[in-house]
Amino acid sequence: MFGRSKFGAAACLVAGSLAMSACASKAPKQLPPEPSGVATQTDDGANRIIPGSQADFVQQMAGQDTIYFDTDKYNIDSVDASALQTQAQWLIKYPAKRATVEGHADERGTRDYNLALGERRANSAKNYLVSLGVDASRVTTVSYGKERPIALGSDEESWAKNRRAVTVTID
Amino acid sequence: MTIRNLLLAATALALASPVWAQSAPTITPQPVVPTAPAPTVDDDGGLSGTVSDEAAWQDLGIAITAFATDQDLPTQTNAGTTASLGRALSDVISADLRNNGLFKPSGPAGLPQPAYPQVQSPDYPVWSARSAEMLVQGYVRQNTDGTLTIGCYLYDVQLKQQLVKGGWQVGPSDWRRAAHKCSDMVYSRLSGESPFFDSKIAYIAETGPKNRRMKRLAIMDSDGANHRYLTSGQATALTPRYSPDYKQILYLSYLNGNPRIYVYDLSTNQQRLITENRYPTFAPRWSPDGKTILYSMAIAGNTDIYKISAAGGGSAVKLTDSPGLDVGGSFSPDGSKIVFESDRSGSQQVYVMNADGSDQKRISFFGGRAATPEWSPRGDQIAFTHIAGNLRVGVMSPGGGSMRHLTDSWQDEAPTWAPNGRIIQFFRTEKNSGKATIWQVDLTGRNERKLPTPADASDPAWGPIQP
Repeated sequence: MFGRSKFGAAACLVAGSLAMSACASKAPKQLPPEPSGVATQTDDGANRIIPGSQADFVQQMAGQDTIYFDTDKYNIDSVDASALQTQAQWLIKYPAKRATVEGHADERGTRDYNLALGERRANSAKNYLVSLGVDASRVTTVSYGKERPIALGSDEESWAKNRRAVTVTID
Repeated sequence: MTIRNLLLAATALALASPVWAQSAPTITPQPVVPTAPAPTVDDDGGLSGTVSDEAAWQDLGIAITAFATDQDLPTQTNAGTTASLGRALSDVISADLRNNGLFKPSGPAGLPQPAYPQVQSPDYPVWSARSAEMLVQGYVRQNTDGTLTIGCYLYDVQLKQQLVKGGWQVGPSDWRRAAHKCSDMVYSRLSGESPFFDSKIAYIAETGPKNRRMKRLAIMDSDGANHRYLTSGQATALTPRYSPDYKQILYLSYLNGNPRIYVYDLSTNQQRLITENRYPTFAPRWSPDGKTILYSMAIAGNTDIYKISAAGGGSAVKLTDSPGLDVGGSFSPDGSKIVFESDRSGSQQVYVMNADGSDQKRISFFGGRAATPEWSPRGDQIAFTHIAGNLRVGVMSPGGGSMRHLTDSWQDEAPTWAPNGRIIQFFRTEKNSGKATIWQVDLTGRNERKLPTPADASDPAWGPIQP
């Protein structure tokens, strides 16, 4: 882990200031995949994911159902844009599906502000999906502020994973 | 839930004597937020006047005796007979005064117990010999209708003189309130400060792991007694605020999946949305007169502060209009101004505006981020969360000057004022585990203690002194 972050810092220096802000406190792009079997639906005893389902969305996104933000920030950077494009492609392929973008903040902020910040992040993701052609009426937002962390530590790495917007499709 | 001040009912008491008629009652219904400046020490408008801890009265030796009774009778209270209730009353008073770091009381355990006739004629030589400077005595009597009459007397042992007295008639379930009234009377007489013990706290009770915390609306007395859960925990509850008359609680609930502010009615256990619309609403606050509700609402990602009539039915007034997040809000005691937080400058900072939204001015310029401002009921200070590395509770003047920290821990946030503006409660989150507990600290920052709650606890909201 130490070597990885050193490498990350070096890459940022080379890539210049624009990328630097993205590198500074982003969560690792490759998150562990969802546990298999949990979100899948069985059919005649065989594991089979129904195309167009939330399980299918999660599998197709391979971690790109979630985008990450810097402290107090809500801007969409190039990594986020790429993930949202992948999400938008799926949503356009299944035009009957609705989705909710869940906005979150890390624990190092006050409760009320984090609710506002989570809502701002969720809207940021939603607006980007809409700009890519997803009908705005299909996407709702909800903020959980700091109430639902996914990483449970109290350290920079955990906080980076918790500053996020997660797109969840509605089956 | 009624408590009757008995100062006008002296003739009903077996112990009635001229003293009842002589001295002025000190227990009078308090306004929700005292607007007149309270007596202070060397107050130059800054912070020196708030350091009540330095006063000599804190070193007073106060003996608190078991309250006597004329007849040991079974009661309808949870404290047993009138005799054991008398001891329980003085236990509550002793704990009030001790736990808040205000005094170092002794008793009732280990002290002589005055007999009923001695309550109004203390055996001064006994107390002088024990080096007690102040003496609290009292009595409890059960009335034929099951109610209780409780009298409380404060004596100066050296002067051999009664300083103040009070009497209250309470229902069996309210006996602790009489003890708190007595604590308030003693505290006010000796400190010159307004009372605060007879008050209640709304908060959020927390259980379960960090990523699946169950959060329930709960209430308790200012000393942690009479604890009660109001919601089941099925929907996450956050940020309660007691109405100034204690009849309702504003809070945020994720009922139906989305964060919305509800008004919970304590007499009917029913709740309603404060505003019917599809946007998330949060950070609810009452105006000091209870007639107006402040709330924050996010539309398309941008949060602004609104106000609406608490009676319902009116239309909301938008108070802020910046591209930044404008959140929270707390009225000045006279209702003319609102202190709130906004990140319009790029990070959370504290601003003050007129109650109609005009003249918005930033007041925090001391570095770091400043959040969750709460105006003191005395009007002289604003408590807030200072975020600079760690989260700490601080106070500043309404102009933003004289900032100082009251706590120094990893994560302390969301201060709420005692009714007299002398003590602050807040919640402290533990690193990694995320466990939260409610603490209180006085304005010196030295007397800090954790409140006893049955589960983890956050988002305390201290209500006003009860009439």
